Amino acid sequence: MELKKTDSGSWSPYIAGGLSGLVIIVSVLWTGQFFGASTSFVRSAGMLGKAFEPERVKQLEYFIRYLPQFDWQLMFVIGIFVGSLIAAVWSGSFKWQGVPDMWAERFGTSPVKRGIVAFIGGIIAMFGARLADGCPSGHGLSGMIQLAVSGLIAMVFFFVGGIIMTRIIYSGGKK
Amino acid sequence: MNMLIMGLLTGMLFGFLLQKARVVRYDKQIGALRFQDMTIVKFMFSAIIVGMVGIHFLDLFGLVQLLYKPVVLGENITGGLLFGLGWGLLGYCPGTQGGALGEGRWDALWGILGMLVGAGLYAETYPFLMKNILNWGNFGYLTIPQLIGVNRWIVIIIFVAGVLALFRWFEKKGL
Repeated sequence: MELKKTDSGSWSPYIAGGLSGLVIIVSVLWTGQFFGASTSFVRSAGMLGKAFEPERVKQLEYFIRYLPQFDWQLMFVIGIFVGSLIAAVWSGSFKWQGVPDMWAERFGTSPVKRGIVAFIGGIIAMFGARLADGCPSGHGLSGMIQLAVSGLIAMVFFFVGGIIMTRIIYSGGKK
Repeated sequence: MNMLIMGLLTGMLFGFLLQKARVVRYDKQIGALRFQDMTIVKFMFSAIIVGMVGIHFLDLFGLVQLLYKPVVLGENITGGLLFGLGWGLLGYCPGTQGGALGEGRWDALWGILGMLVGAGLYAETYPFLMKNILNWGNFGYLTIPQLIGVNRWIVIIIFVAGVLALFRWFEKKGL
């Protein structure tokens, strides 16, 4: 087992995770909003689609169910970007990087190769998340917190799928 | 309007904590799927146990409104698996990849684009899916305590104890 590199400015995941749990409690108490993220991609896709093909978007049932407009959750997802940016710049851990270290070690440093796989992965992941009716935020955090059976099932299969895929693409490579 | 600001602020807090615990990175996400680094699991389960105790406690006094998703096996299982496979390729989640971009990991942009395409694709195929696999195995709104027929606090106590045991094991193994 290799030694973990010391990373100054990082917080224990137990502390940061526990504090996130408190943020969820306050959010539900004040605004009634549980965490979620994947619906925002539907609304954003609808908004982008409206710019190109407004008639098509108007017809699609799914965009009637999830209207292409800003809501709490979409602002929440944007907020995650802003909050992370603040934390990263403030603690000096901001790093402009297009190929993750672990990826580069196994597949090389080509940002094009990484970009193509990330793009395809994003399509599959979001299709799956919408099919499952949630992602690790909606099903994982919010569902599990409420002891929902749907959250537990989805969470188990998120990890099963993820473990299968990483087994496939990282098999036979150096550790 | 107020809800939009609350969404942004809540997201910023969550994004700050995600970045501080380093859980938004590809190496951490894939590290968990390859059983090399359990940081994201520690973060997630810490948030879940704190949120679980808090939300159910507030619910005793009718201060919060629970809002979880129904069990639909066809959706939860196939969607969960698909999400996992995509996640294994991308190494980011819908909620956290904005945070990855926030700390400069710009390959997350490809994931975001892919997810927008995936959401649009889902909206296009939704009517077809609705007729076929969606709704298969619909058991409605179901919680774990309802499923096994015990008081929810028993489930919560066992869950929290199990998570703490898991954390102890992680620390012992240096994961």
